[in-house]
Amino acid sequence: MAKIVEHPFAKYLRAAMMPHIWCSGCGNGIILNAFIHALDELQIDLNKLVVVSGIGCIGRAAGYINVDSFHTTHGRPIAFATGVKLAKPELEVVVISGDGDLFSIGGNHFIHAARRNIGIKVICANNFNYGMTGGQAGPTTPLEALTTTTPYGNIEHPFNLVHLAAAAGATYVARWTTLHVRMLTMSIKKLLQRRGFSFIEVVSPCPEIYGRRNKMQSGLEMMEWFRKASVTASFSDTAKAEITPEKIVVGEFVDIEKPTYEQLLYTKIAQIMNVQK
Amino acid sequence: MLKVAEKKAVLSGVHFMSGDIACAEGAIAAGCRFFAGYPITPATEIAEHIASRMPKVGGIYIQMEDEIASIAAVIGASYAGLKAMTATSGPGFSLMQENIGLAVMTEAPCVIVDVMRGGPSTGQPTLPGQQDVMQVKWGSHGDYEIIALAPSSAQEMFNLTIEAFNLAERYRVPTFIITDEAVAHTWEKVVIPPLEEIKVVNRKKPDMPPSKYMPFMPDDDLVPPMACFGEGYRFHATGLAHDEYGYPRTQDSEVQTRLVRRLCDKIRKNADKIVRVEKAFLDDAEVLVVAYGIVARAALGAVKKARDQGIKAGLLRLITLWPFPEKHVVEAAANAKAIIVPEMNCGQMVREVERVAKTTPVYPVPKLGGAPHTPLEIFEALRRHS
Repeated sequence: MAKIVEHPFAKYLRAAMMPHIWCSGCGNGIILNAFIHALDELQIDLNKLVVVSGIGCIGRAAGYINVDSFHTTHGRPIAFATGVKLAKPELEVVVISGDGDLFSIGGNHFIHAARRNIGIKVICANNFNYGMTGGQAGPTTPLEALTTTTPYGNIEHPFNLVHLAAAAGATYVARWTTLHVRMLTMSIKKLLQRRGFSFIEVVSPCPEIYGRRNKMQSGLEMMEWFRKASVTASFSDTAKAEITPEKIVVGEFVDIEKPTYEQLLYTKIAQIMNVQK
Repeated sequence: MLKVAEKKAVLSGVHFMSGDIACAEGAIAAGCRFFAGYPITPATEIAEHIASRMPKVGGIYIQMEDEIASIAAVIGASYAGLKAMTATSGPGFSLMQENIGLAVMTEAPCVIVDVMRGGPSTGQPTLPGQQDVMQVKWGSHGDYEIIALAPSSAQEMFNLTIEAFNLAERYRVPTFIITDEAVAHTWEKVVIPPLEEIKVVNRKKPDMPPSKYMPFMPDDDLVPPMACFGEGYRFHATGLAHDEYGYPRTQDSEVQTRLVRRLCDKIRKNADKIVRVEKAFLDDAEVLVVAYGIVARAALGAVKKARDQGIKAGLLRLITLWPFPEKHVVEAAANAKAIIVPEMNCGQMVREVERVAKTTPVYPVPKLGGAPHTPLEIFEALRRHS
């Protein structure tokens, strides 16, 4: 009998939650894998890590990772995470969610958390559509893309997420595709080591729901698009960091330090309490 | 969390305060150390007072971008171990409803204050109303039970806010202070008792090792002990239908039935312990007023005037609106020949009274426009039905 050996990463996952719900060809597993590699390489204290997600396919990631985790309402993970981070600033609070959750219904929370520079870390899986609900257009759907709600081609200009994050005040901003596994893992490591509001967009294939409507039948074809189109342009102008059929600009765009909200808040509280003494 | 002598949290003594300020002080005395809110009339003074007082006791005030964010942050802070509160009025309360459901589903202890103004929509921001008493019970989707308390005075804004925190922590349920602009903005004498007389309840914590902990496995009282983030339990919570481990089981009818029934039963079966009413002249009352909030104060005046004129009137004041004080209404209705229900709405709680009063005739005394009933208006109704 072959000896059953536990996978070295088994401790990072909740076995009871497996099998996962993601389709074959989906990029969410790659993102989860990169996240776990980053945790492992940094030897993050799992008792001090909180993963929060919103609603959607990637929203299930919070349940799969074996740490304190919370699956919130649609669009609200950042607002929920804000409460956690302020109440216990010693916790590492990571939001993992999708483009529809974070930037459509949750867009307001994203820009205000970035503006305040609350030290929560946001990883966004951008698959250009609402995957779990069956492939409707969302805030990142490219112009002319076909979805169930844009059957004649999308006429709404998509958000450039890295540009939005940078403009709102995020202190670390990066974009990779799920093809850039090593760069993504490196970036997640950086994200976990930054103090301020940090953001990574991961362009992720959704062949089942998005790809097959847009001439990319399989995960492999979508990855092929990432390979052909990706251009690394780190620290370039985020306004020009476009995503088109011909060009996906990836890289790190912002990496700065400024005081976090919780630092300022706790300093202020300490001052006020001192005056009182 | 910065620690501070709890003494600073309790401003024992006699004060002149508005209802809103008394509410804020009640929260701080109860151990609330996290407030997230968004300005809205007539609840704003709660946020303003907390912004000034909270840092002095090492607590957190944050003004969020909207009410949806506020209640989400409150649930997050509660899960991180703090007693947390938000305060709003009708329009903001409507925005919070989805996440109130999340707080119910994930059993997050928290307090939500709704200072009612006239609606619908933007309505009458600076005038009182009682038009949200059904929204507080039924506003979010799905089957659930909550606790809602209705203060009538600034003193009760203080006392019942403490009570709301205690009930929220005891039953792991969002608990509401449902009041109105008149109570919130009236300045009155408020007596804050000595520190040692303030009873504070804290949530039940797990006593098993993390490997044995099931975050949604209830004890006999139907309430699960609550581990918080960062305590090493590493558990999952979700707004999806879940089993006792907190894992989604959305397709399992048995699991969903067990969960939702328990969420309702932990309040329903403990209703006798939760419900509070105030009774005046009820022993021989033939005509009864059922009222709550600011209207109950006018009702007491009306009942006294009626007694002066030989009408056997009595007042049943609902302090707990939800769970509805069914037994007390049944008991009071038994000997009454009529019940009148004055409310600052077109008739909301009157339906609950009708539901349980059964054969006793129930007469609504609705009032719109943005002013509470006068004692005379209620007296007239008493006289008509005596």
